[in-house]
Amino acid sequence: MNAPVLELQGLSKRYGALQVTRDVNLQLAAGARHALIGPNGAGKSTLVHQITGLVRPNAGRVLLAGSDVTTLAPQARVRRGLARTFQINSLFDRLTVGENVALALAARHGLDGRFGRPLARRPALLDEAAALLESVGLLTLAQRPVQALAYGQRRLVEIALALALQPQVLLLDEPVAGVPSTEGHRLFELLERLPAEVAVLVIEHDMALVFRFARRITVLVEGAVLLEGPTDEVRRDARVRDVYLGTRGHA
Amino acid sequence: MTSVVSPVSTAAPAAAAVPGPGSADRGVVAASFLLQRWRWADLALLVLLLCGYLFAERHLALATSVLVAIVFALSLDLAQGYGGIETLGHAAFFGVGAYAAALYATHVSPEPLSGLAVAGACAAVVGALTAFAVVRAHGLTQIMLTLAVATVLYELANVFKGITGGDDGLGGFDVAPLFGRFAFDLFGHTGYWYAAGVLLVVYALCKALVNTPFGLVVQGIRENPVRMRMLGVPVVPRLVTLYAVAAGVAGIAGGLAAQVNRVVGMDALSFTASANVLVMLALGGTGRLYGAFFGAIVFVLLSDRAAVINPTYWLAALGVLLILVVRFAPRGLSGGLKGLR
Repeated sequence: MNAPVLELQGLSKRYGALQVTRDVNLQLAAGARHALIGPNGAGKSTLVHQITGLVRPNAGRVLLAGSDVTTLAPQARVRRGLARTFQINSLFDRLTVGENVALALAARHGLDGRFGRPLARRPALLDEAAALLESVGLLTLAQRPVQALAYGQRRLVEIALALALQPQVLLLDEPVAGVPSTEGHRLFELLERLPAEVAVLVIEHDMALVFRFARRITVLVEGAVLLEGPTDEVRRDARVRDVYLGTRGHA
Repeated sequence: MTSVVSPVSTAAPAAAAVPGPGSADRGVVAASFLLQRWRWADLALLVLLLCGYLFAERHLALATSVLVAIVFALSLDLAQGYGGIETLGHAAFFGVGAYAAALYATHVSPEPLSGLAVAGACAAVVGALTAFAVVRAHGLTQIMLTLAVATVLYELANVFKGITGGDDGLGGFDVAPLFGRFAFDLFGHTGYWYAAGVLLVVYALCKALVNTPFGLVVQGIRENPVRMRMLGVPVVPRLVTLYAVAAGVAGIAGGLAAQVNRVVGMDALSFTASANVLVMLALGGTGRLYGAFFGAIVFVLLSDRAAVINPTYWLAALGVLLILVVRFAPRGLSGGLKGLR
């Protein structure tokens, strides 16, 4: 077993009397395809916020590639190889698709504070942006402002931004939320072509997509891990059917 | 991490990875950047400056104050239009620059260009010092903080009358001839061209600045600071830098005003001055530099004319114009012009 690139040790978060996550442990090795599922309000998003650093846990630790990042700011964690997409599109709306991707590339290359040549005059960066946009099928839309795109296309920009960072760990927060199911499948086809060494943690409600994509699944219920295991085991587990899939649960 | 060009493995190698054919794709992406390019419209600026000089002979002081106002509005556009920093206290930096230039001329040297540099530097320092509080706040809190900073400076100018002259203002300082040759004459000819030159330089620098990677990053922060952090960008230091630069430009505008008017009053730090520049930018349009020109020209000329026509209710004309612009051209007077972005 490889050393985990992302490790959560006993993460707990409480808002007053409300315990949102309790003692969550999770390990992702390089190349992991891991899904986090659970009913609404199970604490999935809060868990993601604790991993990315937008929310500080009351107890527990977050380790990236073996080093403790629990007290680091979000941007510092990103520079250590953590990237995420957002459940609700969170982009630079009035900027173009090309500019959006270029911003992410500029951040990864440490150009974000530079006063020199415009990004538009940096051939290496432009080539990288073009290749990235081509790979997610957005090259022809590069010159559109993001706010002019259809919802599903904006989801692709979300993913392109995360990919531009060449992360070691990629958190996908409901990547197909709000996308029509045919487009959802296309999105997951794209996700299946992610570089093999990237550890992916996906939160998703569409069970068909989860079972297709994930090799391991963690089930979160009321902030605690109910069950963790290979996809097939979790799929057959009666408790999961009860709690999450309901009586109709079959896949 | 492997250095793959294409982040997802496609069957065929990505076109951009091979030199030659990839340049087409490169061009597609390059064209997606809405850069502030030099356009024919910028040539119109030169014509405008010339016309201003030729036609405003009897009103050169007014024409010069338009140019100063444009520089001031450009500075606000950097902070607010590009960086999304809401401010109702931008006159703080205009005032600091004005007092710095006046004090420098009085106590150190009457040489104008070094005086202007000192004015910009002092304002930039004050901007950097206050930025740490201002850029961490958002919305109303941010506006109140900028207002507080300007108010504190205003009161300080009032308290330290020995230095600032208080209500009497600071006057009686000399400004040496520009480049040692062009004396600042009584009619304001030198003053006008001096202001025009400073405006051109500031404008060119602003244009270059917003095109840099830093310039795009602050626009990204304006659009979505949380996402910017999740791209690994430290948001606060970037905004501090922007705010300091904008403050420096405002300081240059203030210094310019002090030098061409030979007097600095406390109104340079006043709330009215902060509000005026905000109205100028709202009239002209934010986030595209051209707005500063439209807004300042319309604002200063209209205030002047309206005050001549009706000295009591002249502000009403501006109010009506502002309402009309906000209602019918929310992107400002420059917003309707295609191609000016």
